Amino acid sequence: MTVNGQEVSGDVEPRTLLVHFIREHLHLTGTHVGCETGYCGACTVLIDGKPVKSCTMLAVQAEGVDIGTIEGLANNGELHPVQEGFWERHGLQCGFCTPGMIMSSVALLAENDNPSEEEIRHGIEGNLCRCTGYHNIVRAVEYAGAKMRGEEPAPPDWEGGS
Amino acid sequence: MATTSVMGGSVRRKEDPALIQGTGLYVDDLQPTELLHVAFLRSPVARAKITKLDTGAAKAADGIVAVYTHDDVAHLGPLVAQVPIGKLRPLLADGEVNHVGEAVAMVVARDRYLAQDAVDLIEFDFDTLPAVIDLKKAASDETLVHEELESNVLHTWTYHGYWDALGLQDQGPAVEEAMQRDDAVVVSLEMTNQRLTPVPIEPRSVVAEYNRGYGRFTIHSSTQVPHALGGAVSTMFGMIASDVRVIAPEVGGGFGSKLNVYNDEILVAFAAKDLGHPVKWTETRREASGSTIHGRGWLGTATLVGTKDGEFLGYKLEAIADMGAYSQNFTVAIPLLGLWIASGQYKMPVSWTVDCVVTNTMTTDAYRGAGRPEAIYYLERVIDTFAREIGMDPFEVRKKNFWQPDEFPAQMGCGFSLDSGEYEKAVDKLIETADYAGLRKMQEEARAEGRHIGIGVGSYVEVCGFGPAILAEIGFSWSAYGLPASFNGSGLVRVNPDATVTVVIGTGPTGQGHETTWAQIVGDGLGIPVDNIRVLHGDTREHPMGIGTFGSRSIAVDGAATFEATKKVREKAAAIAAHILEASAEDIEFGDNGAYVTGSPEQRVEWAVIAKTAYQAHSNAEDVESGLEAHTVFSPGNATWPFGTHLAVVEVDADTGNVEILRYITVDDCGNVISPMIVGGQVHGGITQGIGQALFEDTIYDGEGNLLTGSLLDYPLPTATDLPFFELAHTVTPTDVNPMGVKGVGEAGTIGSAHTIVNAVVDALSPLGVKHIEMPLRPKRVWAAIQEARG
Repeated sequence: MTVNGQEVSGDVEPRTLLVHFIREHLHLTGTHVGCETGYCGACTVLIDGKPVKSCTMLAVQAEGVDIGTIEGLANNGELHPVQEGFWERHGLQCGFCTPGMIMSSVALLAENDNPSEEEIRHGIEGNLCRCTGYHNIVRAVEYAGAKMRGEEPAPPDWEGGS
Repeated sequence: MATTSVMGGSVRRKEDPALIQGTGLYVDDLQPTELLHVAFLRSPVARAKITKLDTGAAKAADGIVAVYTHDDVAHLGPLVAQVPIGKLRPLLADGEVNHVGEAVAMVVARDRYLAQDAVDLIEFDFDTLPAVIDLKKAASDETLVHEELESNVLHTWTYHGYWDALGLQDQGPAVEEAMQRDDAVVVSLEMTNQRLTPVPIEPRSVVAEYNRGYGRFTIHSSTQVPHALGGAVSTMFGMIASDVRVIAPEVGGGFGSKLNVYNDEILVAFAAKDLGHPVKWTETRREASGSTIHGRGWLGTATLVGTKDGEFLGYKLEAIADMGAYSQNFTVAIPLLGLWIASGQYKMPVSWTVDCVVTNTMTTDAYRGAGRPEAIYYLERVIDTFAREIGMDPFEVRKKNFWQPDEFPAQMGCGFSLDSGEYEKAVDKLIETADYAGLRKMQEEARAEGRHIGIGVGSYVEVCGFGPAILAEIGFSWSAYGLPASFNGSGLVRVNPDATVTVVIGTGPTGQGHETTWAQIVGDGLGIPVDNIRVLHGDTREHPMGIGTFGSRSIAVDGAATFEATKKVREKAAAIAAHILEASAEDIEFGDNGAYVTGSPEQRVEWAVIAKTAYQAHSNAEDVESGLEAHTVFSPGNATWPFGTHLAVVEVDADTGNVEILRYITVDDCGNVISPMIVGGQVHGGITQGIGQALFEDTIYDGEGNLLTGSLLDYPLPTATDLPFFELAHTVTPTDVNPMGVKGVGEAGTIGSAHTIVNAVVDALSPLGVKHIEMPLRPKRVWAAIQEARG
């Protein structure tokens, strides 16, 4: 398979979960495990550009696919607009759900770079965050969308932010 | 890009670059060489005598290094609780189990999958016993959970009798007398404040290593309280504290669940020492659901007595609180946090009784708010019911009974004083921000169209900033683990020779942005840019002392300590700068990464020079000692008492029972604000956890004690589609409890929100005659209430 643009291979037990292969064999620990049931979305990676929860997939099922993880998102030290949005709009607190949340947001904006609030909320519905109440995550995705469209993002909505 | 280091400014977080690029280090990311993995055999039943426990086949299995049971570890334990009431959980089950998920045996293997396989090879037989689950039955002592305790009621907290030394007056007779008045309106509600699971998205994880040569432990743990863990390990293993280094790296949320020291942390340390290998255990979500602490779990009746003009004459609560099977950290003392705010923002006599009861369930302890959301829920729900009963606006009735600004510090019947507050001002700001009159008009119009719009309001006061040394007398300290017997704050500020600053604090953040906020405090005090300041936390080797992060205490206690240490460093730096500039130290000011003489900014020296000079004895003034650092331990005289009022607008679909939150508007007052961005984020998350309790979350044990909510499929958390954007406003009423005038904000949103949502739903359905619906207000329950009201 290809991970973040690099060819990788490995021998694993057939039952090895893809997320464990990514974390423990490839040492890409930015992809997290939160629930092992495909519910929380902390393990979200992009497979052939689509968001997939890597705890619900076996490593052997991923043979030949193209995988994108959080580590491969920034380009030569330049943050992806979604990463920048999360930083600029306080879209994270503990940061544990963040890689999965960012990958889902990247997939959402790849399909539609000008989503409505409702479309953003639906786009990240499969990713749970226990810290932020999603308010600033939605703002972060709006910020990223504006950047990707070449527009000036709206100012932050916290006190003194505008 | 905001880089200015000004208190009151919103600086981009220093924590974020690693976290958004996947390079932040959480405990489960560690993979030291020769690492071994742990899996636990856990009880599948609520209560049983163990008849057989044979680990032979498991020990012989492929890749298994060791299997431990009670006798192997009994010499270490049990892990003690800070509040010594109730039964302690053995490190591994000792002949009996008392809740689903109790650890029975520990398997250590070369691989996490093999460890789990071997758990299934342990022969474990037992005779089940009748489980005690129902709270009222438990309180009746019909069946005892622990025979040796002689009662399931571990303790009863009363408003005046919780702390003999205070000599408080029993206000019960005043409340009873008020109820007998001819003009008394008495409103009562029996309500459940259901058990909840904290669910940080990061499961707990621990990696322990023991170096035989040095005789030292290094333990990485996903904890809010690294020093407490270090203290527990050093006392249990008979070591000096300095030989136990505990590191809490990035911690993926805690919400109180990681404020306990757990048996598994001790057991993993034991295995690492016994086997001479690093050992890791990361809990599964199922383990997190059933073997990490729960919160809430109260059943009670709240009664408010007042006049028909809306004057409150007294408040009474009689409740049972579920402690679970074993007492952990503060378990039995959690309701006490609610007791201190039992009267909310109101001046009235209180009669308050909470029985702490044992059941065959997982232990309850501090979950975001801890005792305070429960207390405020009962009070504010019954106030809302009272207002409806007498036909008075819910804001009006509250305003009529608030403590007034000139009455602060306000001495409450529970013995504590509210530090500062302008409650009416916050309400007025909310009324204005929300356009309350406009909302009521909109509601009226919607009702005319047959829509069920509800407007709910809820006030709260909370107690935080733990805190005062006096709390240690009732168990709020880490003294059982050998730490100082008070929840003091610790701040060490060191200007390095290169004019960067190292700040070492005693907190244990789990996402609150301490590295950024503390850099703002220090940067503001010294005139050094935030980018040149490194804030260290969560490593016991670097920190003289630490209490951890919980109870919204960090900024008000450790923040205050850091503020004071910064002042000391500034005074000394002023003396150094004065010597260089040949001026008087009193005339030195700091800013723009340097120091200058007041009134003549051209007489200036850069911090680079001041810092270097501080470490060159020969170039310093004779009476100035070399080095530039200060450490302050801050002990507040009182807790802090933030407050606020929330407003929710909801729409109920009468056909489905679905509740939609249309708007959520708050006015919170946490004293002075350092970063509006971070404070806002804390409020957002706090509100969401309160909404989670109000609408979705419910930890359920069936009658036999089976946990029905062991995964996130059965325990729904709020998702992005369930919530609106929040509309936040603030008032600022500083406290004089600490030198920064800050109060803390971590729990405010949670304490203010659950009742606000329920009040809104009841407001929506009150025309149908609905008076109360039990949380969580899932569609089925709301629909049933509507059907019942319609007959």
